[in-house]
Amino acid sequence: MLQPGLYHILFISTALFFIGVYGFFTRRNLITVLMSVELVLNSVNLNFIAFNKYLWAGRLDGLFFTIFIVAIAAAEAAVAIAIIINLYRSHHSIDVEKAEELKF
Amino acid sequence: MEGSTIIFYLLAALTLVSGILAVSTTQIFRAAIFLLFSLIGIAGLYFWMQFQFIAAVQIVVYVGGITVLIIFSIFLTQQAGEKMPKQKIGRQIFSALAAFCGFALVMVQVYQYTFSSAINEVVSPTVENIGTRMLSVGEEGFALPFEVVSMLLLAALVGCIVIAMRTPNITVAVNEEKEEIFNEEVIDAII
Repeated sequence: MLQPGLYHILFISTALFFIGVYGFFTRRNLITVLMSVELVLNSVNLNFIAFNKYLWAGRLDGLFFTIFIVAIAAAEAAVAIAIIINLYRSHHSIDVEKAEELKF
Repeated sequence: MEGSTIIFYLLAALTLVSGILAVSTTQIFRAAIFLLFSLIGIAGLYFWMQFQFIAAVQIVVYVGGITVLIIFSIFLTQQAGEKMPKQKIGRQIFSALAAFCGFALVMVQVYQYTFSSAINEVVSPTVENIGTRMLSVGEEGFALPFEVVSMLLLAALVGCIVIAMRTPNITVAVNEEKEEIFNEEVIDAII
Protein backbone atom coordinates (compact mmCIF):
# COMPACT_ATOMS: atom_id res chain seq x y z
CA MET A 1 0.00 0.00 0.00
CA LEU A 2 1.19 3.47 -0.83
CA GLN A 3 1.67 6.37 1.49
CA PRO A 4 -1.65 8.22 1.27
CA GLY A 5 -1.59 11.65 -0.27
CA LEU A 6 -3.70 14.07 -2.25
CA TYR A 7 -4.66 11.56 -4.94
CA HIS A 8 -6.02 9.10 -2.38
CA ILE A 9 -8.24 11.75 -0.84
CA LEU A 10 -9.41 12.82 -4.28
CA PHE A 11 -10.27 9.18 -5.01
CA ILE A 12 -12.36 8.96 -1.83
CA SER A 13 -14.18 12.22 -2.45
CA THR A 14 -14.92 11.37 -6.10
CA ALA A 15 -16.22 7.94 -5.12
CA LEU A 16 -18.40 9.48 -2.42
CA PHE A 17 -19.72 12.08 -4.87
CA PHE A 18 -20.82 9.44 -7.36
CA ILE A 19 -22.28 7.24 -4.60
CA GLY A 20 -24.45 10.24 -3.77
CA VAL A 21 -25.33 10.71 -7.45
CA TYR A 22 -26.32 7.02 -7.68
CA GLY A 23 -28.59 7.43 -4.65
CA PHE A 24 -30.07 10.54 -6.19
CA PHE A 25 -30.92 8.61 -9.37
CA THR A 26 -32.38 5.49 -7.77
CA ARG A 27 -34.20 6.70 -4.65
CA ARG A 28 -37.83 7.74 -4.79
CA ASN A 29 -38.28 8.72 -1.14
CA LEU A 30 -37.62 12.40 -0.43
CA ILE A 31 -35.69 11.80 2.81
CA THR A 32 -33.28 9.38 1.14
CA VAL A 33 -32.81 11.87 -1.72
CA LEU A 34 -31.85 14.40 0.96
CA MET A 35 -29.33 11.91 2.41
CA SER A 36 -27.73 11.51 -1.03
CA VAL A 37 -27.41 15.29 -1.31
CA GLU A 38 -25.66 15.33 2.08
CA LEU A 39 -23.16 12.75 0.81
CA VAL A 40 -22.42 14.91 -2.24
CA LEU A 41 -21.92 18.02 -0.09
CA ASN A 42 -19.55 16.11 2.20
CA SER A 43 -17.43 14.93 -0.69
CA VAL A 44 -17.04 18.54 -1.83
CA ASN A 45 -15.99 19.53 1.70
CA LEU A 46 -13.38 16.78 1.74
CA ASN A 47 -12.00 18.07 -1.57
CA PHE A 48 -11.67 21.62 -0.26
CA ILE A 49 -9.83 20.49 2.88
CA ALA A 50 -7.48 18.24 0.90
CA PHE A 51 -6.57 21.01 -1.54
CA ASN A 52 -6.01 23.39 1.34
CA LYS A 53 -3.69 20.95 3.09
CA TYR A 54 -1.63 19.64 0.17
CA LEU A 55 -1.55 22.49 -2.35
CA TRP A 56 -2.20 25.78 -0.61
CA ALA A 57 -1.05 25.45 2.96
CA GLY A 58 -0.08 29.13 3.20
CA ARG A 59 -3.69 30.28 3.46
CA LEU A 60 -6.86 28.93 5.03
CA ASP A 61 -9.29 29.62 2.18
CA GLY A 62 -10.36 26.00 1.69
CA LEU A 63 -11.11 25.68 5.38
CA PHE A 64 -13.35 28.75 5.28
CA PHE A 65 -15.16 27.46 2.21
CA THR A 66 -15.83 24.24 4.13
CA ILE A 67 -17.12 26.09 7.18
CA PHE A 68 -19.54 28.14 5.07
CA ILE A 69 -20.67 25.07 3.12
CA VAL A 70 -21.43 23.30 6.41
CA ALA A 71 -23.52 26.27 7.58
CA ILE A 72 -25.42 26.46 4.30
CA ALA A 73 -25.96 22.67 4.27
CA ALA A 74 -27.46 22.84 7.75
CA ALA A 75 -29.87 25.56 6.65
CA GLU A 76 -30.72 23.60 3.49
CA ALA A 77 -31.43 20.41 5.42
CA ALA A 78 -33.70 22.23 7.87
CA VAL A 79 -35.73 23.91 5.10
CA ALA A 80 -35.92 20.66 3.11
CA ILE A 81 -37.24 18.74 6.11
CA ALA A 82 -39.82 21.46 6.78
CA ILE A 83 -41.00 21.12 3.17
CA ILE A 84 -41.05 17.30 3.44
CA ILE A 85 -43.18 17.40 6.60
CA ASN A 86 -45.56 19.87 5.00
CA LEU A 87 -45.82 17.64 1.92
CA TYR A 88 -46.53 14.63 4.12
CA ARG A 89 -49.37 16.54 5.77
CA SER A 90 -51.07 17.33 2.48
CA HIS A 91 -50.34 14.13 0.51
CA HIS A 92 -49.79 11.49 3.26
CA SER A 93 -46.74 10.31 1.33
CA ILE A 94 -43.24 11.58 0.63
CA ASP A 95 -42.72 9.67 -2.58
CA VAL A 96 -41.51 12.00 -5.31
CA GLU A 97 -43.85 10.42 -7.83
CA LYS A 98 -46.95 11.10 -5.72
CA ALA A 99 -46.24 14.85 -5.63
CA GLU A 100 -46.88 15.76 -9.21
CA GLU A 101 -49.08 18.84 -9.15
CA LEU A 102 -46.16 21.05 -10.19
CA LYS A 103 -45.11 18.71 -12.98
CA PHE A 104 -45.99 20.78 -16.01
CA MET B 1 3.80 0.31 6.91
CA GLU B 2 3.13 3.13 9.32
CA GLY B 3 0.23 3.35 11.68
CA SER B 4 -1.19 6.48 10.05
CA THR B 5 -1.40 4.70 6.68
CA ILE B 6 -3.41 1.86 8.23
CA ILE B 7 -5.69 4.35 9.94
CA PHE B 8 -6.19 6.20 6.65
CA TYR B 9 -7.24 3.05 4.81
CA LEU B 10 -9.56 2.01 7.63
CA LEU B 11 -11.26 5.43 7.62
CA ALA B 12 -11.56 5.36 3.83
CA ALA B 13 -13.13 1.90 3.92
CA LEU B 14 -15.56 2.96 6.66
CA THR B 15 -16.61 6.06 4.71
CA LEU B 16 -17.08 4.37 1.35
CA VAL B 17 -18.69 1.13 2.54
CA SER B 18 -21.21 2.85 4.77
CA GLY B 19 -21.87 5.40 2.00
CA ILE B 20 -22.69 2.60 -0.43
CA LEU B 21 -24.91 0.89 2.14
CA ALA B 22 -26.67 4.20 2.87
CA VAL B 23 -27.80 4.56 -0.73
CA SER B 24 -28.59 0.89 -1.36
CA THR B 25 -30.40 -0.47 1.71
CA THR B 26 -34.18 -0.75 1.52
CA GLN B 27 -34.91 0.17 5.14
CA ILE B 28 -34.89 3.91 5.54
CA PHE B 29 -33.86 3.92 9.20
CA ARG B 30 -30.82 1.78 8.42
CA ALA B 31 -29.97 4.18 5.60
CA ALA B 32 -29.90 7.03 8.14
CA ILE B 33 -27.63 5.06 10.49
CA PHE B 34 -25.23 4.18 7.66
CA LEU B 35 -25.19 7.84 6.64
CA LEU B 36 -24.19 8.65 10.23
CA PHE B 37 -21.24 6.24 10.07
CA SER B 38 -20.17 7.66 6.72
CA LEU B 39 -20.16 11.18 8.18
CA ILE B 40 -18.14 9.96 11.18
CA GLY B 41 -15.61 8.47 8.74
CA ILE B 42 -15.28 11.83 7.00
CA ALA B 43 -14.75 13.51 10.38
CA GLY B 44 -12.02 10.94 11.04
CA LEU B 45 -10.38 11.87 7.73
CA TYR B 46 -10.38 15.52 8.81
CA PHE B 47 -8.69 14.47 12.05
CA TRP B 48 -6.21 12.44 10.00
CA MET B 49 -5.34 15.56 7.98
CA GLN B 50 -4.93 17.44 11.29
CA PHE B 51 -7.79 19.86 10.72
CA GLN B 52 -9.17 19.41 14.22
CA PHE B 53 -11.57 22.35 14.20
CA ILE B 54 -13.39 21.35 11.03
CA ALA B 55 -13.54 17.75 12.28
CA ALA B 56 -15.24 18.94 15.46
CA VAL B 57 -17.63 21.07 13.38
CA GLN B 58 -18.40 18.05 11.22
CA ILE B 59 -19.24 15.92 14.25
CA VAL B 60 -21.33 18.61 15.95
CA VAL B 61 -23.27 19.83 12.91
CA TYR B 62 -23.59 16.75 10.72
CA VAL B 63 -23.49 13.81 13.11
CA GLY B 64 -25.19 15.58 15.99
CA GLY B 65 -27.51 17.88 14.08
CA ILE B 66 -28.49 16.93 10.56
CA THR B 67 -28.60 13.16 11.08
CA VAL B 68 -30.75 13.53 14.18
CA LEU B 69 -33.03 15.88 12.20
CA ILE B 70 -33.30 13.27 9.43
CA ILE B 71 -34.07 10.51 11.95
CA PHE B 72 -36.81 12.62 13.53
CA SER B 73 -38.35 13.34 10.15
CA ILE B 74 -38.27 9.59 9.42
CA PHE B 75 -40.19 9.03 12.66
CA LEU B 76 -42.71 11.67 11.63
CA THR B 77 -43.33 10.48 8.09
CA GLN B 78 -42.80 6.69 7.93
CA GLN B 79 -44.69 3.73 9.26
CA ALA B 80 -42.55 1.57 11.55
CA GLY B 81 -40.85 -1.41 9.92
CA GLU B 82 -42.12 -0.55 6.46
CA LYS B 83 -39.65 -1.27 3.67
CA MET B 84 -39.21 1.01 0.73
CA PRO B 85 -40.31 -0.51 -2.57
CA LYS B 86 -37.47 -1.83 -4.69
CA GLN B 87 -36.63 0.07 -7.81
CA LYS B 88 -36.78 -1.49 -11.22
CA ILE B 89 -33.60 -3.42 -11.94
CA GLY B 90 -33.10 -1.59 -15.24
CA ARG B 91 -33.13 1.78 -13.53
CA GLN B 92 -30.64 0.55 -10.92
CA ILE B 93 -28.28 -0.81 -13.56
CA PHE B 94 -28.39 2.34 -15.65
CA SER B 95 -27.90 4.56 -12.60
CA ALA B 96 -24.91 2.52 -11.48
CA LEU B 97 -23.50 2.62 -14.99
CA ALA B 98 -23.92 6.41 -15.23
CA ALA B 99 -22.34 6.93 -11.81
CA PHE B 100 -19.44 4.61 -12.65
CA CYS B 101 -18.80 6.30 -16.01
CA GLY B 102 -18.73 9.71 -14.32
CA PHE B 103 -16.38 8.35 -11.65
CA ALA B 104 -14.03 6.85 -14.24
CA LEU B 105 -14.02 10.07 -16.28
CA VAL B 106 -13.18 12.23 -13.26
CA MET B 107 -10.50 9.84 -11.98
CA VAL B 108 -8.80 9.68 -15.40
CA GLN B 109 -8.70 13.47 -15.48
CA VAL B 110 -7.36 13.67 -11.92
CA TYR B 111 -4.58 11.14 -12.47
CA GLN B 112 -3.46 12.77 -15.72
CA TYR B 113 -3.12 16.16 -14.05
CA THR B 114 -0.04 16.93 -11.98
CA PHE B 115 -0.85 19.29 -9.18
CA SER B 116 1.79 21.91 -8.43
CA SER B 117 1.88 22.97 -4.83
CA ALA B 118 2.93 26.46 -3.88
CA ILE B 119 4.16 25.91 -0.35
CA ASN B 120 5.34 29.12 1.18
CA GLU B 121 4.89 29.28 4.92
CA VAL B 122 2.41 26.86 6.44
CA VAL B 123 -0.44 28.45 8.36
CA SER B 124 -1.62 25.85 10.84
CA PRO B 125 -5.43 25.62 11.11
CA THR B 126 -5.66 26.38 14.80
CA VAL B 127 -8.76 27.92 16.32
CA GLU B 128 -6.82 31.13 16.94
CA ASN B 129 -5.88 31.55 13.26
CA ILE B 130 -9.39 30.66 12.11
CA GLY B 131 -11.01 33.16 14.49
CA THR B 132 -8.63 35.94 13.50
CA ARG B 133 -9.25 35.40 9.78
CA MET B 134 -12.99 34.95 10.25
CA LEU B 135 -13.57 38.34 11.84
CA SER B 136 -10.93 40.45 10.10
CA VAL B 137 -11.96 42.89 7.39
CA GLY B 138 -8.51 43.01 5.79
CA GLU B 139 -6.96 41.24 2.83
CA GLU B 140 -7.47 37.63 3.97
CA GLY B 141 -10.49 38.25 6.16
CA PHE B 142 -13.90 36.64 5.89
CA ALA B 143 -16.03 39.12 7.85
CA LEU B 144 -18.52 39.81 5.03
CA PRO B 145 -19.33 36.13 4.24
CA PHE B 146 -19.64 35.52 7.97
CA GLU B 147 -22.32 38.20 8.25
CA VAL B 148 -24.08 37.00 5.10
CA VAL B 149 -24.19 33.43 6.44
CA SER B 150 -25.62 34.66 9.73
CA MET B 151 -28.41 36.41 7.82
CA LEU B 152 -28.98 33.23 5.79
CA LEU B 153 -29.29 31.15 8.95
CA LEU B 154 -31.82 33.62 10.37
CA ALA B 155 -33.82 33.49 7.11
CA ALA B 156 -33.72 29.67 7.14
CA LEU B 157 -34.92 29.63 10.77
CA VAL B 158 -37.90 31.88 10.02
CA GLY B 159 -38.61 30.06 6.76
CA CYS B 160 -38.69 26.64 8.43
CA ILE B 161 -41.17 27.83 11.03
CA VAL B 162 -43.40 29.45 8.40
CA ILE B 163 -43.33 26.42 6.08
CA ALA B 164 -43.88 23.75 8.73
CA MET B 165 -46.52 25.71 10.67
CA ARG B 166 -50.07 24.47 10.44
CA THR B 167 -52.29 27.04 8.82
CA PRO B 168 -54.40 28.43 11.67
CA ASN B 169 -57.64 28.46 9.61
CA ILE B 170 -57.86 24.68 9.45
CA THR B 171 -57.44 24.13 13.18
CA VAL B 172 -59.92 26.89 13.99
CA ALA B 173 -62.45 25.37 11.58
CA VAL B 174 -62.00 21.94 13.14
CA ASN B 175 -62.47 23.39 16.60
CA GLU B 176 -65.63 25.22 15.51
CA GLU B 177 -67.01 22.01 14.03
CA LYS B 178 -66.33 20.16 17.25
CA GLU B 179 -67.98 22.92 19.22
CA GLU B 180 -71.00 22.83 16.96
CA ILE B 181 -71.29 19.06 17.30
CA PHE B 182 -70.86 19.37 21.04
CA ASN B 183 -73.54 22.07 21.23
CA GLU B 184 -75.96 19.96 19.19
CA GLU B 185 -75.34 16.99 21.44
CA VAL B 186 -75.94 19.15 24.50
CA ILE B 187 -79.14 20.51 22.97
CA ASP B 188 -80.29 16.98 22.08
CA ALA B 189 -79.62 15.84 25.59
CA ILE B 190 -81.54 18.73 27.03
CA ILE B 191 -84.49 18.14 24.73
